[in-house]
Amino acid sequence: MDLSSIRKLITRYCTGEESWVDSRTVYIGHKEPPPGTEAYIPQRFPDNRIVSSKYTFWNFIPKNLFEQFRRIANFYFLIIFLVQLIIDTPTSPTTSGLPLFFVITVTAIKQGYEDWIRHKADNAINQCPVHVIQHGKVVRKQSQKLRVGDIVQVKENETFPCDLILLSTSREDGTCFVTTASLDGESSHKTYYAVQDTKAFNTAEEVDTLHATIECEQPQPDLYKFVGRINIYLDRDEPIARPLGSENLLLRGATLKNTEYIHAVAIYTGMETKMALNYQSKSQKRSAVEKSMNAYLIVYLCILISKALINTVLKYAWQANPNRDEPWYNQKTETERQRHVLIRAFTDFLAFMVLFNYIIPVSMYVTVEMQKFLGSYFILWDDDMFDEELGEGPLVNTSDLNEELGQVEYVFTDKTGTLTENNMELRECCVDGHVYVPHAVCNGQILPGAAGMDMIDSSPGVDGKEREELFFRALCLCHTVQVKEEETVDGIKRGIHQGKSTSFYISSSPDEVALVEGMNRLGFTYLRLKDSHMEILNREDEMERFELLEVLNFDSVRRRMSVIVRSSSGEYYLFCKGADSSIFPRVVSGKVEQVRARVEHNAVEGLRTLCVAYKKLTHEEYEETCRLLNSAKLALHERDKKLAEAYDVIEKDFILLGATAVEDRLQDKAADTIESLHKAGMKVWVLTGDKMETAAATCYASRLFHRNTQILELTTKRTEEQSLHDVLFDLSRTVLRQHGSMTRDTFSGLSGDCQDYGLIIDGATLSAVLKPTQEGTSNGGNYKEIFLEICRNCSAVLCCRMAPLQKAQIVKLIKASKEHPITLAIGDGANDVSMILEAHVGIGIMGKEGRQAARNSDYAITKFKHLKKMLLVHGHYYYIRIAELVQYFFYKNVCFIFPQFLYQFFCGFSQQPLYDTAYLTLYNISFTSLPILLYSLMEQHINIDILKRDPTLYRDIAKNSLLRWPTFIYWTFLGIFDAVVFFFGAFFLFDNTTFTSNGQLMATNTQMMFGNWTFGTLVFTILVFTVTLKLALDTHYWTWINHFVIWGSLLFYVIFSLLWGGIIWPFLNYQRMYYVFMQMLSSGPAWLSIILLIIVSLLPDVVKKVLCRALWPTTTERIQTKRQCLTAEQSTIFMLSQTSSSVSF
Amino acid sequence: MMASSYSAKEEDGHHSGSAGLGGAAVQTRKPDNTAFKQQRLPAWQPILTAGTVLPAFFIIGLIFIPIGIGLYVTSNNIKEFEIDYTGTEMSSPCFNCSQSFSWNSTTPCRCVLFFSLDQPFESNVFMYYGLSNFYQNHRRYVKSRDDSQLNGDLRSLKEPSKECEPYRTNENKPIAPCGAIANSMFNDTLDLFYIDPNGTKTQILLIKKGIAWWTDKHVKFRNPGGSNPNLTAAFIETAKPVNWHKPVYELDIDSENNGFINEDFIVWMRTAALPTFRKLYRVIQKKNNMTPTLPKGSYSLEVTYNYPVRSFEGRKRMILSTISWMGGKNPFLGIAYITVGSICFFLGVVLLFIHHKYGNRNNSSDVPS
Repeated sequence: MDLSSIRKLITRYCTGEESWVDSRTVYIGHKEPPPGTEAYIPQRFPDNRIVSSKYTFWNFIPKNLFEQFRRIANFYFLIIFLVQLIIDTPTSPTTSGLPLFFVITVTAIKQGYEDWIRHKADNAINQCPVHVIQHGKVVRKQSQKLRVGDIVQVKENETFPCDLILLSTSREDGTCFVTTASLDGESSHKTYYAVQDTKAFNTAEEVDTLHATIECEQPQPDLYKFVGRINIYLDRDEPIARPLGSENLLLRGATLKNTEYIHAVAIYTGMETKMALNYQSKSQKRSAVEKSMNAYLIVYLCILISKALINTVLKYAWQANPNRDEPWYNQKTETERQRHVLIRAFTDFLAFMVLFNYIIPVSMYVTVEMQKFLGSYFILWDDDMFDEELGEGPLVNTSDLNEELGQVEYVFTDKTGTLTENNMELRECCVDGHVYVPHAVCNGQILPGAAGMDMIDSSPGVDGKEREELFFRALCLCHTVQVKEEETVDGIKRGIHQGKSTSFYISSSPDEVALVEGMNRLGFTYLRLKDSHMEILNREDEMERFELLEVLNFDSVRRRMSVIVRSSSGEYYLFCKGADSSIFPRVVSGKVEQVRARVEHNAVEGLRTLCVAYKKLTHEEYEETCRLLNSAKLALHERDKKLAEAYDVIEKDFILLGATAVEDRLQDKAADTIESLHKAGMKVWVLTGDKMETAAATCYASRLFHRNTQILELTTKRTEEQSLHDVLFDLSRTVLRQHGSMTRDTFSGLSGDCQDYGLIIDGATLSAVLKPTQEGTSNGGNYKEIFLEICRNCSAVLCCRMAPLQKAQIVKLIKASKEHPITLAIGDGANDVSMILEAHVGIGIMGKEGRQAARNSDYAITKFKHLKKMLLVHGHYYYIRIAELVQYFFYKNVCFIFPQFLYQFFCGFSQQPLYDTAYLTLYNISFTSLPILLYSLMEQHINIDILKRDPTLYRDIAKNSLLRWPTFIYWTFLGIFDAVVFFFGAFFLFDNTTFTSNGQLMATNTQMMFGNWTFGTLVFTILVFTVTLKLALDTHYWTWINHFVIWGSLLFYVIFSLLWGGIIWPFLNYQRMYYVFMQMLSSGPAWLSIILLIIVSLLPDVVKKVLCRALWPTTTERIQTKRQCLTAEQSTIFMLSQTSSSVSF
Repeated sequence: MMASSYSAKEEDGHHSGSAGLGGAAVQTRKPDNTAFKQQRLPAWQPILTAGTVLPAFFIIGLIFIPIGIGLYVTSNNIKEFEIDYTGTEMSSPCFNCSQSFSWNSTTPCRCVLFFSLDQPFESNVFMYYGLSNFYQNHRRYVKSRDDSQLNGDLRSLKEPSKECEPYRTNENKPIAPCGAIANSMFNDTLDLFYIDPNGTKTQILLIKKGIAWWTDKHVKFRNPGGSNPNLTAAFIETAKPVNWHKPVYELDIDSENNGFINEDFIVWMRTAALPTFRKLYRVIQKKNNMTPTLPKGSYSLEVTYNYPVRSFEGRKRMILSTISWMGGKNPFLGIAYITVGSICFFLGVVLLFIHHKYGNRNNSSDVPS
């Protein structure tokens, strides 16, 4: 017992290093293989416990605190708090400890609650029962106790507890259906296949006798990739090896459908499942506003330190005279006297830091967070962005980037599914130059349109007829479409016969569905795949059966797919369909020219074209093909590469059959949206994997290119003629000449209608441009620069033939260019995920191609047209709101702290605070926090409708314009000015005169003196009122909430002060504020000076605003003024027009 | 404003209708259509333009200038007299007192200053002492007090707050009142005499009650032992502040003005905001309408010089002042009001000009589009 456990420990320790090997071996049912095959090294795998929670009960407090104090702001306040605890500082530790404690507690509670929810969810998942086969019996186990190698039985509608390799199913053909809705949102049923040699092990007892091992790669997050091999030990010594691919792998989180039960073996468990690996957090994106906020923070930190330093130095200069340092009336204690002067100076420095630390407001972070969190609800709530069809509105995955939506300069959009509907329909097919239009044939009536009629009339001859039918069969067979089965087989037959087949075909590619449906309308109906036989119904309603031998799946590099089938007459066919560029070079015969002409014609029309070709195989050829494929499939390493090589050998010497054209309609208002984005000053780039002609057609249709746009091409076609170098220089010359003349034009005031350029570039050329040349980096860098220079001067760029990674590369290239523009990527498919993650703002469209894009995005919307409101309205609002929020926060804290700094000059640099502790603590927490929060949620400087109507307003806030340094300096100086006014205003009242309260107002006829706390309270009162009224002046949108909060917070200040001074607070050890506020208010001059000083401090800002608006108005201000004018002078007319317009909408 | 509120309602009606048709399945994710959620709350949308701000500027100008003039005139009517009795100069009568000052001297040093008032002081006259270069607002000084001790708390009387260090205990007995503020209480005695043209000296009655805040005297400051008239017993086992000549229970013979509720003491305990300050010392009540409170003529100020200021280059002053509805003499406020009023008026004129020149241009060019 002991020995074995020790050995276990040792092996564990040893395998610790070995766990990094590329593959893992799984023993099905924990049975060891026959001896001698391989050394039995038990690898250690984690159990099947899913841990999404961050904390446990025990480590919550330390870990959470650690996490929170890793934030630089929290850490700063912690340090301040500790300094206050350690040394004798002017303010009590509660003043900074209380807010910090509040913030930390609220955050901790929030995170704790979230974690508790996660714990509950984890527990529910971990404890749900699963059926495991042990010794031929079905045993119930908790999900978390599942181990790698266990054989699991899953019943219909159950969710897979971990990643499983399918061994056998209740269905004879060894298939099962699965939905991965919770993984990638695709609700379609996907077929998974059991290993051919194990599908017979149908019952629990049988499965238990299975003796096999699985070798597979270590877990990796790619959902669609899996490479493995199963070795089955039958009675003989030599095991049978079979390849395992993603079609055998059932992923955790997916649900079994339409299948009674399955048996499968666990290979990845717990945190190693693909689902768990995929839920790792994305990298944090930070907005431009956050960056400038941090820059400001550093400035303020410098100001803080220099203030403290200046005061410390001055203090010691001033104290050089011992009678000032320690006059007879104010002696130090003995311990103070004995302290070393350096220590004293240092503690003084720290004390000044503490005194001025409020200049960096803890509440700003809280308010910004709250603003972002609460503000993002306006996107969720937006009714205009709600899609009735899908029944879904927009999603906000992160609220950190709200304001970035108002800063976008480059929009990178996918074409298919984003600009277009991704609602495919077969428009025509062309067999040897004869064109068939499905509608015409299907409905038995001739469609208007010459092409359709023409081709149908010229019916092909007998030979043509045969070719035509082969073409149709090819399309019926060469696909991966599944037929969704209803309860009975009759149901599905009926469904298809009635022509309602639409809902029954399911495929990952909508093109294929469109093609199969189109074929249905042309008379050939694909029925189903049964026992690896594909059944089709031909025009004469006869069933034709083809045995499906191999499927050479589609991939984006090859851009084609093939199937190998055996007809009932025993002939082997290989059917291939793919992009023209990948088919034509492989074609040896057929009417290539006619088809090519037709394909090009269709491509210009904006249709998606596919070419179809076939070849006949002899039995020997087929055997050879099988051998090639199998050897490639069995490879564990570089399987993809080997497969690609095999495909390359197999797919050649085709005979061209024809081509198809599928239409993908533009999304509703896509063109309008693109036009608005253009007007808003954004550059729109279309990145697509489609071919150039199709993509260009879509660009024209979506008004990305106009009729007068001069198209610059940077494609392989051109670079074949000229060297890349020359082409690039040519283009840049054209563009720069234009640029020069344009600047001249702006001088003469004719900049309005200058020529704009559109650039088309394809993937191959792009990689050539980006590839660093061998001769030296300078040359390669040059290409990049020239390319960027050209792009900068083009209003629209189309990148076609893009691989997913290239999309991200382009985004990265633009991001890194010298202006560092803000980029936005929008797409709907898995191929857009990389660019969505790369761009500053990633937007996913909840489309037909699953939810991957939406899941990885920062925001998800339902339709491309919603981008307009998202950017022009929400983005604009969020930006101006947060910009004001940030500036205002710094402003109000300058106003707050600068008088304290000035006061030091009059109190012997003794760190005497000007304000009472309660005021110091509550200023940022309650007196001035709510109005700005509400402002930053509600402000609308311009109406929503105007923002939508006039996209040019977006240019007003481009390039972070409200947070530039001049603006920041203006706000800071305004703050300093106000602070000086507050302080010296009060100072002269106190200094020159007996500033006394007029006793006549009170019953006791007395004359009373005011002390330092009254002085501070006077300054503070002016401060609170000025700062709040300044915000009131900036508010352009006064709803009742704004009124309530602004006036309410002023009232709250007054009530609080009355209360704070009205009672002897028993828990306080000082009563310095007792009746101070009331006494101050009973004095006439105090009222007069409060009013005067508030007006004086607000005056410069008002004057600046009015002057700027009158002399140098921005577009925004013009529109505001215009509206003001209209409402003032013609309010009735305006009202009428407004009503009529909203009615017409 | 009217328009926006109207459109908001329109929007509401329209959408709630369509939502009703949408059915229950859609309703789940569909956001409620309230004006707040759609950011279409009716709102007042003011804009600061030259046109709208103009009237405000003129109004402010028109209100402020008269107020300023009023304040200035009132302030000028206030009569104020100030005399410095520090005694740093050789010629000063108090020179000797200031030079020979020692904490231990038992005999008080007295000096007499003569002055004359050019104008009679009509209504009530307030008498202040003023100190310069005295940092009552120094942090170490401000916090050096124990408010609960001053509130009559017996425990604090025996065990004063740590903040009072180094004026917390003396010879192992707690100091009452403790702290630097109390310890350095101003203890010069000022007496005022009117000298008749014929040479006779009459002492002017100085009232020492009613110079502190009512709330301070009756709530914030309380003697230990409540209303027990025997203060000596209440303060037993405590030491007097080091620099005081008398213990706290001998500040005054009037029991209503003795101990912690001595008004001179309360006034001193309210620390001044700035290093140069004055504090109310006495009130000279108006006798009747016929004679002025202080007639024109010669006066003598007799000072019992107890308070040393020479070490920190301070100054001591005695001030006599009348007051008005707005308090003491205060030319600053009046001048400030006049200045701000004029600036606003001037800005109003400038804006009027700008409004006429540019305002029309903006509107006319944009409205047609």
